[in-house]
Amino acid sequence: MLSPGILVPAVLNGLLTGALYALVALGLTLIYGVLHIINFAHGALLTAAMFAAFFAHRLLGLDPYIAALILTPLFFVVGYGLQRCVIGPASHGEDRNYLLVTLGLAVVIENALLYAFRADTRTVTLDYAFDVIQLGPAFLAVPRVMAFAAVIVVAVALWLFMRLSDTGKAIRAVAREKLGAELVGIEVAHIYAVTFGLGTACLAIAACLLIPTYYVNPQAGNAFVLIAFTIVVLGGMGSVAGALIGGLLVGVVESLSGLYLGESLGQIGIFIVFILALLLRPTGLFGQPVL
Amino acid sequence: MSSAAGWIDRRRLLGSAVLGAGAATSGALMMPGVLRAQGSAVKLGIVHPVSGALSYSGQQGRLGAVMAIDEINAAGGIKALNGAKIEAVLGDAQSTPEGGNAEVEKMNSAGVAAIVGGYGSSICLAASQTAARYDLPYVVDVGVVDAIVTRGLKNTFRFGPGFGVIAKTALDNLVTINDLAGKPAKTVMIVHEDSAFGSGLAKLLNDQLPGRGFQVLDTISHPTPTRDFNNVVLKIRAQAPDLVVPANYYNEYVLLARTMQQQRIRSKGIYSVLGGAASSYKFVKEFPEAAQYIMDCNHWFDPRSAKSAALRKKVEEKGEFYTYEVYMNYSCILLVADALERAASTDRAKLITALESSTFSGHVMPYGPTKFVNGQNQGAAPVNTQVLGNDIQVILPESFASAKPVFPMPRA
Repeated sequence: MLSPGILVPAVLNGLLTGALYALVALGLTLIYGVLHIINFAHGALLTAAMFAAFFAHRLLGLDPYIAALILTPLFFVVGYGLQRCVIGPASHGEDRNYLLVTLGLAVVIENALLYAFRADTRTVTLDYAFDVIQLGPAFLAVPRVMAFAAVIVVAVALWLFMRLSDTGKAIRAVAREKLGAELVGIEVAHIYAVTFGLGTACLAIAACLLIPTYYVNPQAGNAFVLIAFTIVVLGGMGSVAGALIGGLLVGVVESLSGLYLGESLGQIGIFIVFILALLLRPTGLFGQPVL
Repeated sequence: MSSAAGWIDRRRLLGSAVLGAGAATSGALMMPGVLRAQGSAVKLGIVHPVSGALSYSGQQGRLGAVMAIDEINAAGGIKALNGAKIEAVLGDAQSTPEGGNAEVEKMNSAGVAAIVGGYGSSICLAASQTAARYDLPYVVDVGVVDAIVTRGLKNTFRFGPGFGVIAKTALDNLVTINDLAGKPAKTVMIVHEDSAFGSGLAKLLNDQLPGRGFQVLDTISHPTPTRDFNNVVLKIRAQAPDLVVPANYYNEYVLLARTMQQQRIRSKGIYSVLGGAASSYKFVKEFPEAAQYIMDCNHWFDPRSAKSAALRKKVEEKGEFYTYEVYMNYSCILLVADALERAASTDRAKLITALESSTFSGHVMPYGPTKFVNGQNQGAAPVNTQVLGNDIQVILPESFASAKPVFPMPRA
């Protein structure tokens, strides 16, 4: 079982899967880092984005990678609107209200999807879905390799945006010192909504990258969210780099522990790493809020 | 993280609270039904996992049950009860045993005459036991774990086959198919989901396969849902078994079959036992290449039955697939309606007696007349199917096979 013929593909698979986890976690960590709330509607929004990508292909014939160009700004607007018009006003600035409102939103979105599309599992069939790249002993599915590359690009772009753009700097300012940011004239409600929009836009990209190899039904997003929560805490809450590295790490750990302990027990590996990280580095791998 | 997990639980809790409130409201709306003159409606509880991981199967099951009820009502209801119409009390087990229990409690309070459904083995186990506390007749639609009918519950009846029969048929037929082809297959790998259904089946296969000349190279279990099957497929590729035997639900089956195709696995055959997808028209239509030559031992309608052909047409006209959940639930409702006719009463004890003595044969399954022994329908048996050229053919039993098995898989 330790032969490189298995080990190498397992690690590569882990990295490819981990990249998608990272992207989902990226949205979550962004929202946590700035708004200091855990967005429980994350999974439901991911599902909604997956449905959007599915119907863009089914109804408009759009390739998911092209749909991403449209869905990303669209979901940014959706996220912005949700925070500005629903979550923000309904929460009255109280943290626990945020939790309940996003929780409520998740229930509403999931059940609306269930009502509209039934529980039917849907898949997109693409010509290149079964194409593989052979890398030594490993066959890597083309859509997964493309997803990996896209995630790295998105993570780097997001990091640069946070470092270099005025909006990025404003977001970081609000994350560090909300009152101070308000005093220098930054409109906090707007920045909150922008951040929520960015987090949601990450989900739209993740959905478009997932749909060529995964399926969508009204619960599909949930499979990724618990793991995204783990990655956010593991990587350091609010850290872009932490989410990326954490996601890749979790992907590899999951893959290897699945290989040696079996898929059922394999999930345990993730949580062992997680507990170890919390014991040894309570602030996560990338301690302070970096953004 | 513990707080996050706690919140997820609360979210489920909230979810069920919302659904519960909805059900309570609809229950309140149904009150006038109870106040109407006796004989005006017979309430039947229809419980399925219509949300959660098993929701596709649950919704298909509900579809079959509701179609049967509509047909019975359109044909004049239960004649022995002055043409009383059947009123479906629909419930959502939310893909969990607790969800199933909660629905049984609600249905009992709503005064149903019997309950049909459950789908998942663990849901059926829990829900039928709860129903037993109220002596409420419970007809299991699919749940295959044998414990469902071996607990001595007087109220529980299973119309379809259980594991024991399915595994025996599957093994007998596997040996037959392999012998016919000149015994090309000697080694097997089992991939199963890790709840009662998959684990139970894997254990049975592990016990029985060696005695029938097959070596089990490995048994891999996985949770539902599983996000990625690449590791499982890597193990399959490393050990290169002659046969792969999957036992899991639809979504995982699809991912597994797609990954096997992607990773260029070339086994001599894929032989599923109760595979969630190998006998599903949906799967064949969506993944014709991955589905090709897959064999399955599963629930299947009687291909000679005109009633079944008519039902299939109606289901397909609705834009739905004619899956086993549909025709098994359809048949179960007809079975209960027949018992209601013979009992001429909605009294639970009388209905149980009527079910015990049922010889109902107006269903769409290849089971012959119904005969319950300790709650298990004796005629119930699975059949073997194979995906051949974009269609599903029955390959065994020979008495109504529509094609010969193609094994080992031809190489493209």
